Amino acid sequence: MSAVSHPVMDHGHAPARPAAIAVEHIWKRYGDFEAVKDVNFSVAEGEIFGLLGPNGAGKSTLIRMMTTLIPVTAGKAVVGGHDVSRDPDDVRCAIGVIPQAMTSDPDLTVEENLSIYAKLYGVPRGAREKNISDVLDAVDLAKWRGAQTKTLSGGMRRRLEIARGLVHNPRIFFLDEPTTGLDPVSRIAVWEMLNKLKVTRNLTMLITTHYMEEADKLCDRIAIVDHGTLVALGTPVELKNSVAGANVVEVHFDRQDDAWQGRMESMDGVTSVVSEGGGFYRVITRSGSKTTMEIVELAARLGETLTSLSVQNTTLDDVFIHYTGRQLRDEQVKAVTFALPPRPGVRP
Amino acid sequence: MNRLLAIVEREMRKFFRSPSLMVMSLISPILQLVIMGNAFGGKIVGTHVAVVDQDHGPQAVKVHEAFDAVAANIQTFSTIEYNNEVQAREDVRTGKIDAAVIIPPQYSRRVYAQDAPRIGIVVDNSDLFTSSTLESEMQSLVDSLNAPQVQDRLARSVALEVVELYPYVNYLKFLMPATVALSMYISVMIGGGILYLDDKARGVHEGYLVTPITKLELVFGLNIAGAIKAMLAGISLGVIGSLLAGLSVVFHPMQMLQLLALIVASSIAFNGMMFLFMVRVDDPLVPRAMFGVLNTLLFYPSGAMYPTTSFPKWLQALTIVDPFTYVIHGLKAVLLKNGGWIAIWQDLAFLSIFGIASLLVATPLFKRTL
Ligand SMILES: Nc1ncnc2c1ncn2[C@@H]1O[C@H](COP(=O)(O)OP(=O)(O)O)[C@@H](O)[C@H]1O
Ligand SMILES: [Mg+2]
Repeated sequence: MSAVSHPVMDHGHAPARPAAIAVEHIWKRYGDFEAVKDVNFSVAEGEIFGLLGPNGAGKSTLIRMMTTLIPVTAGKAVVGGHDVSRDPDDVRCAIGVIPQAMTSDPDLTVEENLSIYAKLYGVPRGAREKNISDVLDAVDLAKWRGAQTKTLSGGMRRRLEIARGLVHNPRIFFLDEPTTGLDPVSRIAVWEMLNKLKVTRNLTMLITTHYMEEADKLCDRIAIVDHGTLVALGTPVELKNSVAGANVVEVHFDRQDDAWQGRMESMDGVTSVVSEGGGFYRVITRSGSKTTMEIVELAARLGETLTSLSVQNTTLDDVFIHYTGRQLRDEQVKAVTFALPPRPGVRP
Repeated sequence: MNRLLAIVEREMRKFFRSPSLMVMSLISPILQLVIMGNAFGGKIVGTHVAVVDQDHGPQAVKVHEAFDAVAANIQTFSTIEYNNEVQAREDVRTGKIDAAVIIPPQYSRRVYAQDAPRIGIVVDNSDLFTSSTLESEMQSLVDSLNAPQVQDRLARSVALEVVELYPYVNYLKFLMPATVALSMYISVMIGGGILYLDDKARGVHEGYLVTPITKLELVFGLNIAGAIKAMLAGISLGVIGSLLAGLSVVFHPMQMLQLLALIVASSIAFNGMMFLFMVRVDDPLVPRAMFGVLNTLLFYPSGAMYPTTSFPKWLQALTIVDPFTYVIHGLKAVLLKNGGWIAIWQDLAFLSIFGIASLLVATPLFKRTL
């Protein structure tokens, strides 16, 4: 793996609007284990900010500290102008939170779920009815108002939870993996809904995700989190540009040989080569066509067979690999194989 | 206050929407007690006893006659003739028959000579209930053989006695206090234990904790709802059970008021206790595992089914701190004896103090964060 260049790190920086969320040197320890290590960032008002990282990176831990769910070990977080450790109730009133788990009540109706939360948030009696109708319209669930929550699909339940988080008209909205576990169609519907809400309700949003595509499509700025630290931060475009080299060449040799990595790294324009095993390499280069030709020549000279060869533009995947040295997809695949016991006839 | 009521509202809506908690807390105490009552309190019938007659004298015939009388009347056992003692012992051991009676050679001669005549009985003492029933049955038969002039009448009076000991309605009445107490306990165990931790594991509490609800509002909301559920279970069983068992409490306002007071105090006590047990637990398996242990530990020593006076010291100490003891004592006083306030005020006081003290200890232990 090539040396990790310095991330686009501009800690306190955000566009010249006031910060809705400011996190300064925040730490979380569980015993000896450091789940979050010295993280800094700030989110401007009206921004959609993404925390992108694999399972166990510390995203939920970060969001839980910002939403007053767990105490901060060191450092501070200011949300909506209030310190989470000193004025947790002010923070709670200013924010809406969608936890990672589905926490809507399956035994209650859609409306009851919302009305209980309106009461918990202290929405005055006179405003409750209107707020509930408004948020139900906003998430397209108005006609399911009287339905039992357990009869809703996963995507609809997620939308109900989004509505629940907005029932007291917060300014700042935290969503922990809002689309994990949803099918692709529901996922896109949630993205569209969040984009619409951002505009119509003038919301600041902080979203965690382990989907590259989600971060890319939805977020104004992205922070890549790995092993409890923030390894890169910037707009999706900035992040992609920060990875030296404009193209990715994916090359698959017939067999694995460790000597190839060095040979490809020494090619002109190549900035990094990542071996993924089995003769499969991702080569980041400033010139896709030139590198492709050189690889073909290399193979011909050595009498090796190329199974496949392709050229692409850099994606956030490459950004992630660049900054963490690992592929985000690998973790997901592992997580899935772990969760689902092997079944006969089904290969993970 | 509004927030506290929102928590209560959520719990009660859930409670009425999925009636499984209510049904379980009404059905399972009834089942438990009816089955337990029959297992322990019911008489044993239909066992098989081998008779090995090695004497064949006139006194042995008398023994046979006495056995036949038992078989015909109270039906505790019927007899099977064996002529081989070894075979009879083996069959008791393998469970083919429940006991074997051996009338030894020279039995009749010894009776006439008044030379300590003996009849042997072989029982399977790994089955305590059957063997002790048979032993006592045999003992009374032997006693009656010792007084030959009243033998027949005695055999019949034994039969009569057994029938009158367990008339159905009386048994039902006797079970009432324990049933009402168990219904409240099971409601609290399921609602305050199992469902509470399931909610916690599913993240329902995480949802609450991001709202500005205070710790006290949350603790009292959950506990008020828990106590109300237990009260509903107790009142339902108290009223329905009393009507079924023919107890007149429902028609006497003062007695009814006493019953209500006891149910309220018991619900507070049980609920407070459960909240204290569960306040720092996260694993939903814990209350499931505790269910049976607590049941045994709290219900059996309470005097609900068995008198506590014969308990060893340590068990009596448990009885004193066990809220079940006071619930049962109070319910017996109201339902079976109509003892008035004077008979239950101590129970009411203990239960209320116990419940409130548990809450006072548990509240600081309750975490407002995850
Ligand atoms: N209560 C806890 N006690 C100990 N370790 C924890 C606790 N909560 C989370 N962790 C650990 O902190 C790390 C980050 O977890 P989390 O923030 O949930 O990751 P993510 O949301 O990014 O998947 C993980 O290694 C996890 O095991
Ligand atoms: Mg997470």
